[in-house]
Amino acid sequence: MIEARAVAAPAGAPANAPVAANDEPAWVRRIVIAVAIGFVGLFVLVPLAAVFGEAFRRGIAAYGRAITDPVALSAVKLTFLAAGIAVPLNVVFGVAASWAIARFRFPGRSILITLIDLPLAVSPVIAGMVFVLLFGRQGLLGPWLSAHGIQVIFALPGIVLATTFVTFPFVARELIPLMEAQGAEEEEAAIVLGATGWQTFLRVTLPKIKWGLLYGVVLCTARAMGEFGAVSVVSGHIRGRTNTLPLHVEILYNEYEYQAAFAVASLLVLLALASLVARRVIARRVETT
Amino acid sequence: MGYTIVYLSLIVLIPLATLVVKTAELSPGEVWALATSRRAMASYQVTFGASLIAALVNMVFGTLVAWALVRYRFPGRSILDAIVDVPFALPTAVSGLALTAVLAPTGWIGRWLTALGIQAVFTPLGITLALTFIGLPFVVRTVQPVLEELEPEVEEAAAVLGATRWQILHRVIFPALTPALLTGFALAFARAIGEYGSVVFISGNKQFETEITPLLIMTRLEQFDYAGATALALVMLIVSFAMLLTINGLGAWARRRAGHA
Repeated sequence: MIEARAVAAPAGAPANAPVAANDEPAWVRRIVIAVAIGFVGLFVLVPLAAVFGEAFRRGIAAYGRAITDPVALSAVKLTFLAAGIAVPLNVVFGVAASWAIARFRFPGRSILITLIDLPLAVSPVIAGMVFVLLFGRQGLLGPWLSAHGIQVIFALPGIVLATTFVTFPFVARELIPLMEAQGAEEEEAAIVLGATGWQTFLRVTLPKIKWGLLYGVVLCTARAMGEFGAVSVVSGHIRGRTNTLPLHVEILYNEYEYQAAFAVASLLVLLALASLVARRVIARRVETT
Repeated sequence: MGYTIVYLSLIVLIPLATLVVKTAELSPGEVWALATSRRAMASYQVTFGASLIAALVNMVFGTLVAWALVRYRFPGRSILDAIVDVPFALPTAVSGLALTAVLAPTGWIGRWLTALGIQAVFTPLGITLALTFIGLPFVVRTVQPVLEELEPEVEEAAAVLGATRWQILHRVIFPALTPALLTGFALAFARAIGEYGSVVFISGNKQFETEITPLLIMTRLEQFDYAGATALALVMLIVSFAMLLTINGLGAWARRRAGHA
């Protein structure tokens, strides 16, 4: 192949041909770029801009009122609380699972990997529904729970469980390939030199995986704060009590409070954009380390 | 290790198993009747039809976007690259709300569609557009790395051997991309069939017309018709499982290919 190229080059094709061999003509290039930008712009940028357009339709004062409404603020609080519980749970699990999968070979390992992905494949509505079937009043554990005065569904525990379920794979999925690629030599060296398992983890493993872990945490947090379908099933939509931000947006919209709905939605857009920026920055660190 | 399995079981496996246990309380005939009722069948048609079209649209345009991002240098390229992730990062409820606002007859795009006599909101078209929105990153992010890995030498060799650009595209590049294209398609499709948040606002939720299956499950739950909801969820779960296995299979195929190349 190399020989062929060496022969062909001095033979000299027409002046305009060699470039065209590995590249499209300029007009094709321009059309492809235009279609790509047009498609993404139309489908993504325009709707994004529309959220802000609608949010500020009645001015900044109305926007301020919508996002400082006590019900909106309680939704913010609940959203952060649920994410604040679900994300650490999944971080601990993610690190443990990727440790097990990357370091050990055991029967059922590939099944375990598939099972970790499962929540991504399941519809969010079903994710919420299984918790209703389990903990709801008519659920399997319902009678026992109500006898002991514990409420899971239509309360915080249900919201946290549903959020944990849907964000379950994010940390593990980031860490498994990273830890597999890194290998275990350094950990083994640390153990041989007399470090305890815990010291090895803190001093050797954690520094190696910290950017990948952070990336997973960002993904996990963004999804946890934005989850709608699963949380919607288990929350019961009690205003000011079991409403997360996305649910609050829906309620406002259904009550024809459009401007307020878009104002609250714009907060979620900002959170999403912040998560994207964070991902970009962290991804660069992952590549350089 | 033990902890991993216990936690996985608590959060994922036991809850999903509940679904199967609940279905087992019904007779197979009842499950079948509930899962194939007229309303259920109509909802499958809307869900799978719109998901299929959306995934196909994404396969074409997503590949084009990936191509532009990898092969060409143009102003705004890195911004375009970043924007592709927005549908993935945006809460689905916000996506739904934003698309409804844009496509409504008074919206920025809906205005033009209305002038053309096309109604997007409260129609299957709107559902398809919403599903296209949420599926876009899946195709782009699957095809993009594979395009980046393609070795220019192979194309150069083909060109030197006298292939036209079209032949190279058709015979060299396209076959190499096929596993990634299909994986991207499958991911977008799998995501679309379960999608709820971005669709409910735009669909109008008319029975038999724009009612997607996840919404029908939701409705059944709100009516405390757990049997009806369970039967539908079981159908969805089986399809999701099949998609997951397909995607894993495609991944294995792609790896084998890469290994041989």
